[in-house]
Amino acid sequence: MFEPFRQLTSGTVVLKQANIDTDQIIPARYLTTTSREGLGAHAFHDWRYDEAGAPREDSPLDGPEHKGHEILVAGPNFGCGSSREHAPWALADFGFRAVVSSDIADIFKSNALKNGLLPVEIDAETHARLLERPGRQITIDLEEGVLRCGNDIEARFTVEPFAKKCLLEGNDPLGFLTDRMDAIQSYETDRQKAPA
Amino acid sequence: MTAKSLFDKLWNRHVVVPETTDAPAVLYIDLHLIHEVTSPQAFSVLEERDLPVRRPDLTKATLDHSTPTLKAGTDGRLPYATAQAEKQVERLIANTQKHGIELFGLGDPRRGIVHVIGPEMGLTQPGKTIVCGDSHTSTHGAFGALAFGIGTTEVGHVLATQCILQRKPKSMRVTVNGTLPEGSSAKDMALAIIAQIGADGGQGYALEFAGSAVRALTMEGRMTLCNMAIEAGARVGLVAPDETTFAWLKGRDRVPADWAAAMADWQTLPTEDGAAFDKEAVLDGGAITPMITYGVSPDAAAPVGGSLPSTDSDAARHANDYMQFAEDRPFTEQAVDRVFIGSCTNSRLEDLRAAAAVMRGRSVASGVTALIVPGSEAIRRDAEAEGLDRVFLDAGAEWREPGCSMCIGMNGDIGQPGELVVSTSNRNFIGRQGKGVRTVLAGPATAAASAIAGHIADPRDYPSLAREPEHV
Repeated sequence: MFEPFRQLTSGTVVLKQANIDTDQIIPARYLTTTSREGLGAHAFHDWRYDEAGAPREDSPLDGPEHKGHEILVAGPNFGCGSSREHAPWALADFGFRAVVSSDIADIFKSNALKNGLLPVEIDAETHARLLERPGRQITIDLEEGVLRCGNDIEARFTVEPFAKKCLLEGNDPLGFLTDRMDAIQSYETDRQKAPA
Repeated sequence: MTAKSLFDKLWNRHVVVPETTDAPAVLYIDLHLIHEVTSPQAFSVLEERDLPVRRPDLTKATLDHSTPTLKAGTDGRLPYATAQAEKQVERLIANTQKHGIELFGLGDPRRGIVHVIGPEMGLTQPGKTIVCGDSHTSTHGAFGALAFGIGTTEVGHVLATQCILQRKPKSMRVTVNGTLPEGSSAKDMALAIIAQIGADGGQGYALEFAGSAVRALTMEGRMTLCNMAIEAGARVGLVAPDETTFAWLKGRDRVPADWAAAMADWQTLPTEDGAAFDKEAVLDGGAITPMITYGVSPDAAAPVGGSLPSTDSDAARHANDYMQFAEDRPFTEQAVDRVFIGSCTNSRLEDLRAAAAVMRGRSVASGVTALIVPGSEAIRRDAEAEGLDRVFLDAGAEWREPGCSMCIGMNGDIGQPGELVVSTSNRNFIGRQGKGVRTVLAGPATAAASAIAGHIADPRDYPSLAREPEHV
């Protein structure tokens, strides 16, 4: 359903704060949409625009030095808060293809993986070093499970094997479920016979 | 045979296809709750693939997030925040009609916040798996149901197959021993737990809350506690079902017809002695006093009588810059602009009674706006039958229609930039209750006391002025 994800080399955008929650990634007032398109315009809206709606000069996401950078490096516990899939939709639509942190919240991680946005959890020490190198080019190799930056940084990461396969092949997990309708049907039949 | 936990039992009962190295388990879902915000794109996927809803009978819908809490105008139209919010509501109505899904919609006496009405109708039961495109689905775990929030893609999976792909999370037991002191609530317990284990302390774990202080909680209190599991990073929060659970559920609309058989089954669910947990945390319930948050993450919580802790972390300094709390000054000196009592965390009758006990015979401080939003139509009716609405209105507070309201601020109920809001909701994130709004999380009595005082206040300083009405 989406582009297969194998390897990505790109500059980074660094947001050092811990606990960047889904309300920061996409404020709730933009959740009244009934589509998944176009949310990138509102990604990190209140970090990028002031109260009058004018672009903030100090926006950490909009400077020319970040243009085209597809990797977000963020502080620990990234994506905490709500289950809104609008958060990865917004980040992917903004142009990110990977999020790197020492610790990424469960529901965000699960949602990101279903939208071609790779969550990369690495050890705290390497993470701390990347946070100090905004803009630097990083290579993420999903198949190998390795992130590299320059000659001196290399970190391993794991992605849940099923989600990894789906990403590498560009597959959609719904097909896996619909292929198991017989098992689902017999589970329902068994339960009707002997209610749990 | 190894001893099993409540979580193990709930999990095992719902495995359709077991987990392997290559693939997660296919887990069966007994109840799928949907609302207007996180479902439209899921229905779109079904339409694109020409797939039906597999079990419309196990899917229940309500309208809560985008709906106004103000009554319809003289033209009969509800005051939606935006045309898009109204369109979103219309979309859910159309989707539920098309697919034959029961909707507790506008004008329905059973409508309310999704996590309030599920239990209220008895749809939420011990032993069930329950999902919803909303992270506070953990609330239903209070009944010993395996309940967790999912994303919209997964909403589509459940609509199409009644199943979800899941790896079994690790397990963690949070034991709260002793007895909660008079004046402390389940919300205070939740905040104390999150302060101890951290906003990511439960990440990757299913939490089971245990111990005498948890067992002593009412169902309303247990729902508040499980609701906040996600604020510790845990998708699942559980309390084992017991006599309190059964008594609360008995006689509700949607409970099993064969009550005795259901109860006999539910009694087999609790964690067995000796069951293993991957992680444990222990708290002394007797030491939990009324709590508030002072930062922009729910783990920045402390007793209301305290003051801003000193810090050398960047994150805490960033939070302090936003919250503008004076260092070394008591929290109780912080002036309050607005108070919100409501949300899936604290909008139930017990919460409203706690707030009313503080407000009865007193007045909201000058310059403070207090918004009281019941969690459901049923709670609104019950509260009005007890005269709680009069207590709030007489005190100068607003009494609104049910909905999520200021917890998420999607319906136009928000604060103004810079305002300090004491809120019984679940998240103190920057801008959550409106751009620039500073949110302080607290229990209902603390929020009510703060409305009366005009500053953050300890509810124990505001004892009930009148005898509470007899509750039947």
